[in-house]
Amino acid sequence: MTDTTQYTRQDWQSDQEVRWCPGCGDYTILASLQNFMADFGVDRENVVFVSGIGCASRFPYYMNTYGMHGIHGRAPAIASGLAVARPDLSVWVVTGDGDALSIGGNHIIHSMRRNINIKVLLFNNQIYGLTKGQYSPTSERGKKTKSSPWGVIDYPFNPVSLAIGAEATFVARTIDMDRPHTQEILTAAYQHQGSAFVEIYQNCNVFNDKAFIALTGKEERDVNRIVLEQDKPVVFGPDDAMGVVIEHGEARIVEVADVGIDAIHVHDATVENAGAAFALSRLSHGPTGPTPIGIFRSVDRSTYASDLQQQIHDAQAARGPGDLALLIAGAGTWEVSD
Amino acid sequence: MSEAPTTDITDIHAVAIRFAGDSGDGMQLAGTRFTEASAIFGNDLATFPNFPAEIRAPAGTLPGVSSFQVQIADRDILTPGDQPDVLVAMNPAALMANLPDLAPAGTIVINSDAFDERNLTRAGYTTNPIEDGSLNAYRVLAVPMEEMTKKAVEGTGLKGRGVLRSKNFFALGLMGWMFGRPIDTTLEWITKYYGKEPDVQAANEAALRAGYNVGLTTEMFRSTYRVQRAKMPPGTYTNVTGNQALAWGIMAAAQAARLPVFYASYPITPASDILHELSRHRNFGVRTFQAEDEIAAVGAALGASFGGHLGVTGTSGPGLALKSETISLAVMTELPLLIVDVQRGGPSTGLPTKTEQADLLMAMYGRHGEAPLPIVSVSSPADAFLATVEAVRIALKYMTPVILLSDGYIATSAEPWRIPDLSTLPDISVPFATVSNDPERFLPYLRDPQTLARPWAVPGTPGLQHRIGGLEKEDRTGNVSYTPANHQKMTLLREQKIARIADDIPEVVIDTDADADVLVIGWGSSFGAILAGVRRVRAKGHKVARVHLRHLNPFPKNLGDIVKRYPRVLVPELNRGHLWRLLRADFLIDAISYSKVEGRPFKAAEIESRLMELIES
Ligand code: SF4
Repeated sequence: MTDTTQYTRQDWQSDQEVRWCPGCGDYTILASLQNFMADFGVDRENVVFVSGIGCASRFPYYMNTYGMHGIHGRAPAIASGLAVARPDLSVWVVTGDGDALSIGGNHIIHSMRRNINIKVLLFNNQIYGLTKGQYSPTSERGKKTKSSPWGVIDYPFNPVSLAIGAEATFVARTIDMDRPHTQEILTAAYQHQGSAFVEIYQNCNVFNDKAFIALTGKEERDVNRIVLEQDKPVVFGPDDAMGVVIEHGEARIVEVADVGIDAIHVHDATVENAGAAFALSRLSHGPTGPTPIGIFRSVDRSTYASDLQQQIHDAQAARGPGDLALLIAGAGTWEVSD
Repeated sequence: MSEAPTTDITDIHAVAIRFAGDSGDGMQLAGTRFTEASAIFGNDLATFPNFPAEIRAPAGTLPGVSSFQVQIADRDILTPGDQPDVLVAMNPAALMANLPDLAPAGTIVINSDAFDERNLTRAGYTTNPIEDGSLNAYRVLAVPMEEMTKKAVEGTGLKGRGVLRSKNFFALGLMGWMFGRPIDTTLEWITKYYGKEPDVQAANEAALRAGYNVGLTTEMFRSTYRVQRAKMPPGTYTNVTGNQALAWGIMAAAQAARLPVFYASYPITPASDILHELSRHRNFGVRTFQAEDEIAAVGAALGASFGGHLGVTGTSGPGLALKSETISLAVMTELPLLIVDVQRGGPSTGLPTKTEQADLLMAMYGRHGEAPLPIVSVSSPADAFLATVEAVRIALKYMTPVILLSDGYIATSAEPWRIPDLSTLPDISVPFATVSNDPERFLPYLRDPQTLARPWAVPGTPGLQHRIGGLEKEDRTGNVSYTPANHQKMTLLREQKIARIADDIPEVVIDTDADADVLVIGWGSSFGAILAGVRRVRAKGHKVARVHLRHLNPFPKNLGDIVKRYPRVLVPELNRGHLWRLLRADFLIDAISYSKVEGRPFKAAEIESRLMELIES
């Protein structure tokens, strides 16, 4: 971040023609991100976008930053190496539900667990777009796709639950169409020290149109969006008549009038115990009904890179900066003379 | 005052000793300490540790036998010896498993306490070989090592099961006496290593001394042996294993390149010791990253390379297979990356603790698409140091992934190493791009006309923002391109870049007799056995030529001329003919493969007899 550079959105656009299908949710997310970066005054040369394979993974080509379009599922691994080697950079991973949760599942969970300073934007469209319409690990059961003509029999992942279970220190959800909310979440993710996981509901208008209509439709969204706000009671719907209570580790939707506002759960993403965040994440699977968006969890933990840096610092303080000749000789030597 | 019995001292030039016992008997430790004492004494030596794949196979059984062979000599030797002259057998299973290897009329030192009914049955003996005459062809010294260790350890405070654990030091002391090894080096080591557990330290010291003194004061050994110091080139020496030298080679290369090291790896036998060694050296700024899997390890190393670090990943065959997709990405993105493959017996989990050279063709061709990359090989434990520096030099200068092939034999064996003067290492640094190479926009794929390498512009450099990735790149701009002519061009450019490295590596040096008409050509860890075999053939008055390759891709420029000069070319390899195939394909010669896949290195005698067959045919 700097006070001196003034950017506009154009400064963040690369010279490459953007090639998603017309109407794809990716366009809106790209615009939100370019706006956020410009507004925030991040220096372009210090930003790196790393991606895997999939529609979402074309992202780095469209950003005028450093970038690597990697291979399927491996972006978190590549980004981990980069972020640990270069803690001075702002490293972003753009991925999709197939890329992150299927082929790259192992890397996603371990990068979260290690609290590596990467910002993971998971564009969840609940379908494989680039390979033209197979079901994904977030597709709902029963869905008929090219590879599931009889209906999907897999149980889907809930990405937010998964990230919380994987020890992510920052977990949030937003929606492609809601640009102000997206920018707010991106800002918080950027400012978070450590791994940040952001699920973005992204409409694939070609293979899975209106998957998120419950949250984006004109009528539906008012009843279904549960916007999580720090230190505020979790209420939603017209006139905030509905609310969420958490009892015995389980979140439930109630009418506020029935329980009284004091019984409604007050959201605090910063508590170390992930129980409430997890309970909130279980409110919805789908999403077909009321679904929380916002920041589920945001806790402070030292990052992998800062701990590693500390070890290097401590080792140098204790032993001095290494001398390889001394190290080799330290294994026990003998002299041979003529 | 009683005199110690007089013993004869016989001078010998070389002896190979094998310590064998249950994997819990501490034979690796006994062998390593004997090696260290011999190294410091000034012998030349070579070692061969051999352990079971199971961490703790059932005690007393054949699968649980672990051994360590060391050859010490008063001259330059190249192998741990084809056949041990002395076998230390700590139990019946160790005897059963190792007796077939013992030299005719060799010496067997037996821990007779372990030869009870139960252990004999477990090993498959129906009668006790110490008593049934089956060992009459050997010189057998049966010593009740456990009894004697117990007595020696009495009064050190150590009680119970721990007491018998010191019996490997007893055996070591006994061998120390037999071969005139001073025990003070080992005593010093015991203090350093066990200083924090005074009772264990005292017990091990007592057992070591007892073993030595039993030799000194009893008539058990009528003669002892003396192996004089070897005549070696002057310098400062240390004893290294291949994995250790390779790890230090990575650190040295990073210094010579003025880059921080980022080593990402997933635990795998026999490569893990490289990770262990490097993770100790945080004060050198070495960053190690134990990844969640092999794929993540190479991915993280590549990410670090993108960020301007020396990205390195280490593994063995199964891991190399998993990394192959990411290595292709490194070929496409043209980033420097070192991939260390410590080969072991395959396929699949195969023989994880045994050695083989059967990953060469995977290193060469085991990627999708046209994805050529340089391959460098390690010839011996000490050689690992400079081979690693060379591999890194190529990776940086040519902006390419490089595979460095070592193997299980090199990784765990040790030999004396004359420590090079580190200040004489070449400067292998490569400047990062700092300014744009074009007035319009930075061109990440604009190549150096000489090396064809592209510029290394690392994130954080203002004005050089660019995107790389796995999709085909347009020449110069690096933009995504599916144009037919561009793909043809880029494929050839990537190929030429690697081929041109041949101009930048030393020509092969041929070790030949005038008028030799048999050439033996090898690579990797068979270096010692081949050279020793060649020496034996020459000692018989025959003529032979020898080449040992470090660079396997591209081949040195003069290799084609050399191999075509000899009517017969023999290619010994611990695989089914990998280099053999490459030589035949590249040079259209009718080379002869000499293949062995037993999980064990070649013996000098095997090379010798195969060469003799050829010479006499
Ligand atoms: S297939 Fe779907 S996700 Fe992919 S670009 Fe088209 S609309 Fe977007």
